[in-house]
Formats: sequence, structure tokens, C-alpha cells
Amino acid sequence: MSRVSVPCHVKGTVALQVGDVRTSQGRPGVLVIDVTFPSVAPFELQEIMFKNYYTAFLSIRVRQHTSMHTPAKWVTCLRDYCLMPDPHSEEGAQEYVSLFKHQMLCDMARVLELRLILRQPSPLWLSFTVEELQIYQQGPKSPSMTFPKWLSHPVPCEQPVPLLEGLPDPSRVSSEVQQMWALTEMIRASHTSARIGRFDVDGCYDLNLLSYT
Amino acid sequence: MLQEESDISLIIAQIVQKLKGSNLYAQLERQAWASLQRPEIKLESLKEDIKEFFKISGWEKKLQNAVYSELSVFPLPSHPAAPPEHLKEPLVYMRKAQGSWEKRILKSLNSMCTELSIPLARKRPVGEQKELLNKWNEMGTDEPDLSLFRPVYAPKDFLEVLINLRNPNYENGDSLSFRTHLGLIQVPLKVKDIPELKECFVELGLNTGQLGIDDSTQVPPELFENEHVRIGQKVLAEQDSAAAQQYVRQGSPTALRAELWALILNISSQPEDILYYEQLKTNVIQHDLLVDSLIYKDVKLTASNDDYYFVFEDYLYQVLLCFSRDTSVLGHFAYNSASPPKSYIRGKLGLEEYAVFYPPNGVIPFHGFSMYVAPLCFLYHEPSKLYQVFREMYVRFFFRLHSISSHPSGIVSLCLLFETLLQTYLPQLFYHLREIGAQPLRISFKWMVRAFSGYLATDQLLLLWDRILGYNSLEILAVLAAAVFAFRAVNLMEVTSLAAAEAVLADLSTLKVMPLLQIFLFATVT
Repeated sequence: MSRVSVPCHVKGTVALQVGDVRTSQGRPGVLVIDVTFPSVAPFELQEIMFKNYYTAFLSIRVRQHTSMHTPAKWVTCLRDYCLMPDPHSEEGAQEYVSLFKHQMLCDMARVLELRLILRQPSPLWLSFTVEELQIYQQGPKSPSMTFPKWLSHPVPCEQPVPLLEGLPDPSRVSSEVQQMWALTEMIRASHTSARIGRFDVDGCYDLNLLSYT
Repeated sequence: MLQEESDISLIIAQIVQKLKGSNLYAQLERQAWASLQRPEIKLESLKEDIKEFFKISGWEKKLQNAVYSELSVFPLPSHPAAPPEHLKEPLVYMRKAQGSWEKRILKSLNSMCTELSIPLARKRPVGEQKELLNKWNEMGTDEPDLSLFRPVYAPKDFLEVLINLRNPNYENGDSLSFRTHLGLIQVPLKVKDIPELKECFVELGLNTGQLGIDDSTQVPPELFENEHVRIGQKVLAEQDSAAAQQYVRQGSPTALRAELWALILNISSQPEDILYYEQLKTNVIQHDLLVDSLIYKDVKLTASNDDYYFVFEDYLYQVLLCFSRDTSVLGHFAYNSASPPKSYIRGKLGLEEYAVFYPPNGVIPFHGFSMYVAPLCFLYHEPSKLYQVFREMYVRFFFRLHSISSHPSGIVSLCLLFETLLQTYLPQLFYHLREIGAQPLRISFKWMVRAFSGYLATDQLLLLWDRILGYNSLEILAVLAAAVFAFRAVNLMEVTSLAAAEAVLADLSTLKVMPLLQIFLFATVT
């Protein structure tokens, strides 16, 4: 299914913390990231993709466009999605993640704004966030082709020529030939990723020193 | 669900792409063409008839084995947006650490090159080529002057790098708190604890028969051994890789081990493979590499001095020199956090068409590298088969023991697993050793890096490597290291220095591996 990236504006992360941020000892365990779409009309969300950086759990809330004149409400579409099975260890800490429409709790038909709520309960990490956030909507469907009339409505065929003695049935032969042609096309289209074993360049392996780049 | 279907089709596409370039593909094609002569193959149902023919003639099984092999070796396709370096190693700081470690190795090799005024690679004159060809089967008798050469690095240098590995996003306070790791490794990778290990290694349990325990002289063979051998022969007759892998979890009978390992690693001795090995041999004869001297030095220092392995000295040269020229090994760098060293043809610095990898296989041997090959010499006597088995073992397992990565079988995870097991289940011993300045990892690191080769008796080592193949993981090395410490705990509690602790653990040649593992995992009261 094709998808199209939606340009979004990711606001800075806001830490949620009890008490004064400056004076309290501990680090915040909850961050909120707001994602707005200033130049795009309400769209149907297909996929959210990002690179995790030490976030353990993710919740997403969405504000959708309603046709009535009621104010749009925030609805939770993803609750406590686990990105790191063990928040204290590195598993899943820097993975690339995709979240799809069918994983969401509600319909994502006319998205106005998204709010990502990141949680990292472990005190071991200095910071956590999600990076390279990208939102995708459904791409255009493949354009329907209009066939010429003679292709979709073939002329009814004339009476078949009576079979000549000793020759095979032409329709059977043509279907067999079609199958063989399909197989040869497949073989021709395939290519391999096998490597050729030479390590020298035209027989020469006279080297400089090893390079550091 | 939609996601799983597309994942599976992606995996299938990847495996098909890989297999298309292999020998097996060409053979299947030839077989398919030949089968057209057979009467049961009809043109209308060509596809189905050929598939049926493959099933009956055993070719489908070969294809199954090849697919199983690909699934075991290559990691699952990751997220489409993930760049190739993410597949090598997902954690950025580990990639950086591996990069700087590699740079150190390259600097060391370059300085050796300039100090000794020896080129990295040199084409041999014809006379020298002839001489080497004549001496090919007895290269051990050669006594070149290797006194100026030194190994590029030793395991203890690598250990220092791992000790200094830090995650910049991790709270590494100077003061001791609940966050500090008491061992040497300071990165918070996920490691299994004993309940999880018990689940993972369930076939090593007390109620399951094992070779290494239930084939000892006191136990009548009718109880377990005879039946186990019979099943092994059946597995070999079926030529099924997956069944063989499951089978060797309980150990492999000595007579069947060579074939079983070849089956698990999906190695077939086709004429093409022997030809490939001969081609590598030609490459060795034509070009002389600096790395060859390092290999010579390593074999002379380690395997030649070992009571069990000195007889195989010539085999080791034949395998390791060819290994350095094998460009097919470069394929494993797709999932190895390391990268092959690069160089340019003299006079063409910076021009990409003249960029080459050095050595051709991208692997720089370190002190003790030849010990990975030595135990295999007991099983395989034909050089090309020995070579293939070693190469496959290297690109599946051994490369993880000397590169920095977060993989559960990588050396960093093994070290952390060892330290965590010791700390959790032998806290008094761990504390005592730490207090006297004898951090346990300093002693066990060299065992794990060499997969215990050269430390255990050979029959015990082969029983251990059976389980590495059977479980497709190196975690058993860390468990065995902890089990050895548990076994010698009483003596270790009485030592007062690192040297004394080393002396207690210097000789492992009398240890029986399987009882130690079984007791540590399943019979220790926690």
C-alpha cells in the first residue's frame, strides 16, 4: 500500500513533573510531545514511524476534526504501548518502530493533532525521547485504467476450424506455450546477489597502508 | 494480521534472493531440466509435477536445510527505515566503541608494517611459489624468523576496552549506588537469569539423558546410549538439519559427530567446494600477506605448544592461510558490528575503483585465533571439508567473541551474564574475590573468548561445542564459566590474591563439562 509523508511540526518536549523542575532531585519520567499539521487539512493517518531513544512506554492521544460545530476532543488511540520490555536494560532502546492504523484504538479518519506521551519509569537513564518522527497518510490509489472497448468486449469468435488429422489441439498447445513463456520470463527477471571471489584489482594486490576512514 | 503477513513475505523474499546465487540453486535447476525426461512429468502440470519429483528424490529436503541455515544465521529483516549499520549493531555507542577499537588495531598493524619495512601484501616470485607449493603439506617444518612480529592484540587488551565501555545516556555516577555494576562490565544489557536459562536449556535437565553424563562406564548403555546412537543414525539418514540441531542438544556420539555438525552447518562436499578451496590455495601461493606471518606466529605460540593440538600444526596453516583469502567471509559483516579494514592499491589512494579489503576476508587474527580451528582437526581430515566447517563456525559463532555488540551471544553479553550469575548465586565468593582484587571476569574472560578451546580436554570441549551448535547460541560458555567457579568455590574462598585465584583455576583439563552445567543450572539450591 503506498503511503505519503505528511509534513508535521513537532513541538519541543514538555516534561511532566510534580513539584518544581529546578529544585527537585529526580529526573522526569513522563514527557509529552505535541505534533501539529499546520499546512495540511485533516487527513487519514496510515502509519507513525520513529526511532526510539530509551522510551519505555508510549501513549498517543489524537484530536480529530468533527463535522458538527462541537469542539474537537482528545481521544486516546494508543495506550501504554511497550517499546522496552525491561525498562532497566538496553533491549529495544534504540529500535526503529512503526505503528499502524489497525493498531489504534479509535478511528484515525480526520486527524488534526497528535500528542505523544512518553514514559520511562527507570531512573537509570539520563534522558529519553523519540527521534526522526514521521507521519504517513494513505497514498493515492493506483489510477484505474480504461481498457479499449475491443479488449474488454471481444468480438464473438467464428466457428472453429475443424481439427486437421494428426495435429494436436491448438488451444492446448497455446496454453502450454504460455506457461513455458511465463517460466522463462521469471528466470530472466531473477538476479542474484552472489559475489565474485576476486580480491585483487586486475591481478594487482600491492597495497598502501590501511586507511582509517 | 497484516503486519505478520508482510513480515513473512519480506523474510521469504530475502532468503530467496540469497539462495539464488548459491550452488543449490544451480543444482535444482539442473535437476529440474533433467527431470523433464521422466514420464511422470507432464507439460500441463509442469510446476506441480516437478515439485512432486523434488519431494520424492530428496531435493526438497536439501532446500529445507538451506532455508533453515539462512534463518539461523541471518537476523530477521528489521524495520525498513533502519540503515544497514543498525542491522550490524542497533546501539550507537557500541558502534562507536567498535569503530575506535578497530582504528587502534589498524594503527597497530600499520606501525608494525612501517617499523619492519614489510609490505602488507606482496606478489611471490615464481621460484618462491614453486617452493611453497612443494612444501604445502608440511609448512610446519618451516622456521621463519618471527621474532620481530608481535600479535596485533591479545584477549586481555580487548577486555580492557570492554571494561571501559560506557553508555553516555546511563547514570554512571562515581559514587557507589544501586546503579553501579559490581563486576567489570558497566553496560546494562539484558541477560538471562537461572530460571530463564533453565527454560532455554531444558534438554540439559536432570531427567533427560546426556552424552557426557549418561554414557559413562558405570551406566549400562541400554539405558540411554544405544537408543541415542540409533536416533542419531536415523537423523543422518534423513539428512534433516533442524532435526540434527535438536539432536545434538543431548550430545553427539563420537562416531557421528563429524557428519552431524556438517549437516547442521549445511555443508556439502560438492566438487565446486573442493575447487573453491583449491582456488584459495592458489591465492595463498601467489600472494604473500603480512597477516600470514601473524598466523604463523599465533600457531607457533599457541597450538604448537598444546599437548593435544601440536600434531595438527600443518592443517592449521592450510586452513588459516586460505581463510584469509576468502572473500565470501565478507558477507558476514552485514550482521557483524565490525567492519573489514580497507586499503588502496599503491599509488591510487582515494580512488574507489582501486579500493580493496585487507586481508581479503576482512578478519585480522589475534593471539589465540588458531585455537578456533584446532579442535575441528579431530573431526575432519580432508582439508577442504575442514576449511568449510571452520569458515561456517566462524561466520555463525566465533566472530561474536571478538567484536563489541549488544547481541545476546556477543562477548559483552556473555561477560555480563557470567558476572550476573556469579553475583546472584555465589554472592559470598563474588564479594570475596572482589575484595582481594581478583575480579572473576579477569580469569574467565580468556576461557570465553576462545570458547574454552585449549583449556578443556578435547572430548569435553567437543561435547560443549555440540551444545553451542544445538542451541545456536554462545550463552552456554558463560554458564560453564560460572559453573567452574561454583565447583572450585571452596578453594577460591581461601585465596588472598589474584595470582593465587588464577592458580586455583589454571588447570581445567580434568573437568567434566556436562555434570558441571547440569548441577549449576538444575541442582543448585537457590
